[in-house]
Amino acid sequence: MSRELWEGNQAIAETAVRVGLEAYFGYPITPQNEILEWLSRRMPELGRAFVQAEAELAAINMVYGAACTGARVMTSSSSPGISLMQEGLSYIAGTEIPMVLVNVMRGGPGLGNIAPSQGDYNQICKGGGHGDYHPIVLAPASVQEAVDLLPLCFDLAEKYLNIACLLLDGSIGQMMEPVELPPMRELKHKDYPWSTTGAMGRERHVLTSIYLEPTDEEKTNLRLLKRWQEVQRNELRYKEYFLEDAEIVVIGFGTAGRIALSAVRAARAQGIKVGLFRPVTVAPYPYGRVTELATRARSILVVEMNSGQMLEDVRLAVNGRTPIEFYGRLGGVVPFPDEILGEILRLAKETPTLTDDPAKAWLQRMLAEAK
Amino acid sequence: MATITTPENLVYARPASFTEAPTHYCPGCTHGVAHRLVAEVLDEMGLRERTIGVAPVGCAVFAYNYFATDFVEAPHGRAPAMATGIKRVLPDRIVFTYQGDGDLASIGTGEIVHAATRGENITVIFINNANFGMTGGQMAPTTLPGQKTTSSPNGRDVELQGYPIRMAEMLSTLEGAGYVVRRSLHDPTNIRKAKKAIRLAFEVQNRGLGFSMVELLSTCPSNWNLTPVESAVWLEEHMIPYYPLGDFKVAPSIAAVKI
Repeated sequence: MSRELWEGNQAIAETAVRVGLEAYFGYPITPQNEILEWLSRRMPELGRAFVQAEAELAAINMVYGAACTGARVMTSSSSPGISLMQEGLSYIAGTEIPMVLVNVMRGGPGLGNIAPSQGDYNQICKGGGHGDYHPIVLAPASVQEAVDLLPLCFDLAEKYLNIACLLLDGSIGQMMEPVELPPMRELKHKDYPWSTTGAMGRERHVLTSIYLEPTDEEKTNLRLLKRWQEVQRNELRYKEYFLEDAEIVVIGFGTAGRIALSAVRAARAQGIKVGLFRPVTVAPYPYGRVTELATRARSILVVEMNSGQMLEDVRLAVNGRTPIEFYGRLGGVVPFPDEILGEILRLAKETPTLTDDPAKAWLQRMLAEAK
Repeated sequence: MATITTPENLVYARPASFTEAPTHYCPGCTHGVAHRLVAEVLDEMGLRERTIGVAPVGCAVFAYNYFATDFVEAPHGRAPAMATGIKRVLPDRIVFTYQGDGDLASIGTGEIVHAATRGENITVIFINNANFGMTGGQMAPTTLPGQKTTSSPNGRDVELQGYPIRMAEMLSTLEGAGYVVRRSLHDPTNIRKAKKAIRLAFEVQNRGLGFSMVELLSTCPSNWNLTPVESAVWLEEHMIPYYPLGDFKVAPSIAAVKI
């Protein structure tokens, strides 16, 4: 296949079609409308299910119904819409059935804006819905990586009977890049031993998330956790750049990680021993690898387009071994490579000391600049 | 002595679309009657193995224990959305929701209105007993003016709490709705009429004729603080005047269906 110029959202939608999406249910919200629009044409012309729902609440529950039949099903939304979907996501997690969510983050809280943000890391990685559950979350840093990770989302969701989320921001959704899409695959409907497709010549199947007896609910929770442990063991993915001799380790995911790479390259050109660690699975988080890097590094710089949500995971992994600094832009502001380079140069000149809260110094600088 | 329990003397049996489980419903509640009518219709039409039911949140949350069909359990009010997801993937199966008035007329108004307006080819069994049964008898959108409940202790004051919603009438205004009727379960004559309507609703779906809903006026002796017999009388005297029985929408293609 040759490389073609594709917009991120459309590339994601077409990739889903090519890897066997059987049903899509969604609701318009910027900056991910092109997914809904693309599929509104593609799905019906292929005889597959597409409904523009009356709300995100209905969309996620249509996904829930279709997922109960064992269909390969997906929805997509952006921050305020993802908030509305939390009810259904919790039920789907509790019913132990697969689905894929494309989560194109924008500035918040509230109505916020439509600019790229990473402010919903905690919401999706730590579970925004009620109860104990863990979505699998993959964070691409380019349109090509989004196209490569989406089929993996379906495979992981179906392997672990879990929610899998492709977590990106408006810039990857809206940006056009040269990409290679996967070839069109033949549509295959999987028949699971639990699918509710009509009890034809077999015992009936019932799918529910209710376990009235607390000991039964506890067993369900333990089953979910056991499966999550398997995910943690088998499915960690990350990218490393210039880390062999790095004294300063920059950590960032998605777009922030990609911009940080430009800054790391610029710093290398000035002879600074700096490298980048970019987690691809942000849930499960590659704690072990961050711990290893922390034991070798002189200092760590965490870069995010939020107030330091992934920073908490880095702190867990580093556990006070190495000083951490944080740099974040908020509310839909995307950092320039120069800003991150400035932070790297500061760390190269003067190794920071261990502090109880790495975000505190950053916040003081931000507030001082805002004055 | 002649035995009377021979197959040729059998006039009443558990429908094959029922499981063996005894229901958890209160004595005198008409949920059991509504369940049985649906099961009988599925038997008569030979649909059991093609049917997927969608249970609500409410007293019928465990409906899936009683029907011998595939079943899913929806979040509160979202049964029509779940049914949409199932039906769009499996258009040749029979999909029905079974919802109470808290579920359908309160938290799930968005889902039911839009399933009807899209003309989703599903069947909705709507139980209207004028209160939230499972949570202990609070006021529902269907609670009558002046009716006392645990959350309208002085009687529903329409100035403060608004008027009851007539769901069947409301949905009948939607172009996408095919068959929308109201029946009652308070006496044998009406139960027979209700069954005929449920049969027609499933025929509508089986023939691909669109959205069908049967609203069933039902009793709730436990939360109404009445005996089962008093409940049937209360339903007839108080509910039917506000919720008239009848056919509110029968699309021309459906009027031609003979059963």
